[in-house]
Formats: sequence, C-alpha cells, structure tokens
Amino acid sequence: MLVAVASTLVFAGIIWATVINTPGWASVQQSFFDPEVALQALPKVWDGFLINLQVLGLSVITVALVALLVAVLRTLRGPVFFPVRVIAAGYTDLLRGFPFIIVLYLVGFGLPTITNTRMPVVLLGVIAVTLTYSAYVAEVIRAGIEAVHPSQRLAARALGLGHVQTLRRVVLPQALRKMTPPLMNDFISMQKDVGLISILGAMDAIAGARSVASLTYNFTPYVVAGILFVLLAIPTIRLTDWYTARLREREQAGAIL
Amino acid sequence: MTTPAPAPLLRASGLWKAFGEREVLRGIDLDLAQHEVVALIGASGSGKSTLLRCLNLLEPIDDGQIFLGDVDISDPRADANAIRARFGAVFQSYNLFPHLSVLDNVTLASRVVHRMPRREAEDRGRELLARVGLVDKAKEHPDRLSGGQQQRAAIVRAIATDPEVLLLDEITSALDPELVGEVLELVRELVGDGATILMATHEMGFARDVADRVVFLDDGLIVEQGPPAQLFTAPQHARTREFLARFTA
Repeated sequence: MLVAVASTLVFAGIIWATVINTPGWASVQQSFFDPEVALQALPKVWDGFLINLQVLGLSVITVALVALLVAVLRTLRGPVFFPVRVIAAGYTDLLRGFPFIIVLYLVGFGLPTITNTRMPVVLLGVIAVTLTYSAYVAEVIRAGIEAVHPSQRLAARALGLGHVQTLRRVVLPQALRKMTPPLMNDFISMQKDVGLISILGAMDAIAGARSVASLTYNFTPYVVAGILFVLLAIPTIRLTDWYTARLREREQAGAIL
Repeated sequence: MTTPAPAPLLRASGLWKAFGEREVLRGIDLDLAQHEVVALIGASGSGKSTLLRCLNLLEPIDDGQIFLGDVDISDPRADANAIRARFGAVFQSYNLFPHLSVLDNVTLASRVVHRMPRREAEDRGRELLARVGLVDKAKEHPDRLSGGQQQRAAIVRAIATDPEVLLLDEITSALDPELVGEVLELVRELVGDGATILMATHEMGFARDVADRVVFLDDGLIVEQGPPAQLFTAPQHARTREFLARFTA
C-alpha cells in the first residue's frame, strides 16, 4: 500500500515536471485549458449537455424495447418464422456494419426530406441511435439467451411452462446476468455517440462548445464538453468493472462447491 | 379370468422417433398402470431418455400414439403445456434453476402454471422440503447444495404439483457414489406412497428392489420385459443376457 502510494506520487511528479517543462506547454495550456474560457463556456455547454442526456435517456428505453423484440424474433424456431428470422438477422448485420454517422445523416436529413415535415432534432437523434444500437444490443441479448443451457428450457417446459413463461421466468433472468457486462459497454459507447447529434444542428453540448470556441478562438470549450461526457461515463465504467468482478467471484465460488 | 385389468394410465403405441437419419425409437409399445413402477434399462444410446422425453411431449414423435388416461396426448391439437404439467420429470443433471432459491424452484410451476397463490404454494413447498430434510435450504440457491441435495430438491420440484406420472431419467448417474443412496431412498418413499413411476436407470439393484416390471430397451426397440425377478435371473433374449452380463461383470 505504502509502496503503491509512493510510486504513484513519484510517477505523477515526473510526468508533471516533464509536461510543464515541455516547450510549447504554455500555448497548449492557453488554448486547451484556459480556466476563464472554461467558465465562460460551461453554462452553454451544460445546457447543450442536457439535450444529449435527453436523447440518451429516451434512447435507452427505445433501444431496450426494439433490441429485445429483434432478439426474440431471431430466436424463434420453426420453418414458419424463417422470413422473420431472416429480416431480423439482415437488420442486425446491416446496422452493425453501417457507420453511425451515415445513419445519422440518413435519418437526420433524409427523414425530414422524404416526409417533408420538420421534426425535432431530439426525435431524429433518438431514431438514429435506436436504429444503430438496437442492432448491437439485440445481438448481445440473443447471445445471452443462447448461452442459457438448453436443459434449463427443457426443465421449464417439463413443468408445463409455456414458451413465453419459460422465456420470462427461466431464460431471460439467467441471460440477463450474462448480458450485463457487454450491455454496459454498449451503454458507454452510446453515451459518447449521442454527442454526434450536433451535426444535425442540435444545440447540444458539442454545438454549444463550438459556438463558444469560435467566439474565443480557444479550444477549451471542447475540453469542457469532453470532461462532461467522461464524468457521465465513469460511473457506468466503474459499475461494469465492479459487476464483472462480482460475477467472476460468484462463478469461482460456485465452481468450488 | 378375474376382474379385467384396469385401463393403463399411460399407453404408448408404435412410437417412432428419428433425429435426422438416426432412428432412436423404432416402434415402442409400452403401458404403465396406475401405481406401477417400471424400470427402463438398456445401454447408453438405446433410446431410454428419448422415450421419456417423447412421453411428456418434450420431443415431438414421428409416428405412433400416446394416451394419458383416455386422452390422445400425441394429437397435435392437444394442449401440450397443460399435458406436460400432468407429468413430473427429473433429469440426470438436476436442471434446477440457478437464479431461483430452492423454494422458488419448487413452487414455480404451482404459481405460474397452476395459478396457486404464492403463500399456499410456499406452505406446500416447505412441507415437501421438510419431508426430504431440505427445509433449512429453502432460501438457498441451488449452487449451495450438494449434488444429492440438488437432486432431492429437483424431485420435490417434480412432485410439488401432484403429477399423475413421474418420469425419472437416470437421476443418480451424475451423483458421487456416496450420494446415490439418499436419492434412491427418496424414490423408494415415493414408491411407497403409490406414485406411478417410469424410470430409466443403471442402478440394477435398485430396479430389482422397487420395480414391478423391468423393460429392456436395445437400439430403439423393447427386446424384453417382465418382473425383475424373471428378467434379471432368467432373461429370455441373448441381447438381454449380454447386456446384463456386461453390467454385472
């Protein structure tokens, strides 16, 4: 413990000294870490950030619903459901391959054009995020469902549980544990990607930063926006690590018994 | 001629089942009377497990008929879920639900399938668990139990809904030898209570003790069946003799 603290302090000191003494640090500090500009930018960036949060919050719900539906459609058996499975599989293949920014352009500019209506940017953002992330999340859910041993399904059916009851009472609760770490990783990516809605003209955190940056000829507002996104992500990242470690512990404990 | 034999509780006739090209059941006729205990013996791959799974509709059959009472349960229009609920099944590897406590495992079918109020289901579940000495494990998760305890819990889960027929699929094969006894003891009690049981087993001594009838299955066919005393001591068929010799050697 003491060694770790001492080593960390020494290491931090060396880095600090190196950075400070690097030629050009002063100008870097001025254009990226100017406290005055940061203070000036914060209210605008924060207001924009709330729009990002709005898109994120709504998308979490829509992605959960759409992804669960797609995943369940993909796991339906029997020849009758072949076309449904193909459509669901095609959707996940396509949207996981598509760069998010293209989806964003197609939805954000394309959708209002073909429908010839003005649509709120938040709505367009939510649609784009949902289209892309549902594909990823559906695959995670499907993998989780398929990772539950078939004997569990068999035992549930033997008790007389129907298909939906089996899924709800036996398969999904177990799949959820296996899915949680990858789902949280997708959630972290999603937290960052909602920042891209600024290209649709949304006055979000990044657009807010851009407007302050262009007034001050300083990049600090972008750093401020970046820090907000990092602060948003850190709890999820820590929670993921904690949960994954706990799962590993439980599995090891189970293996001994 | 005395009173006519009662109609069998479970009757399978002409069951065929193939997995792809491989024919696993090739015309099985089997009756099970109420309160009868029948042991299914045969080598691994002879079709014992498949037969059990076909009987409670966990596997669709390719041909033949299955009657439970006088209902044709192999009719595709039959309500398969409701029919499965009338059977109890216990598997080789317990298949308890790891995310549920022992008590929730035991009461799941009562609550979800039979719509019994939770309280009532839990009272009954605890009563049954107490009978098998597991009531202090009711709130534990299955991974905290030994193999023998897990299998006893799985048996309680199977009987909690008062099934008409119990299907036991090599329920001691995955257990350490010293844990086999406690599970067989429980089955013996169920037999004493008058349960109707069809069990696939490799425990010849146990089959001989508790079964009313032993059925020898080989390559998807019933080769021979009869009371244990006869089948084990004076088997009629060469295949049966071969199998028993290999098993007792």
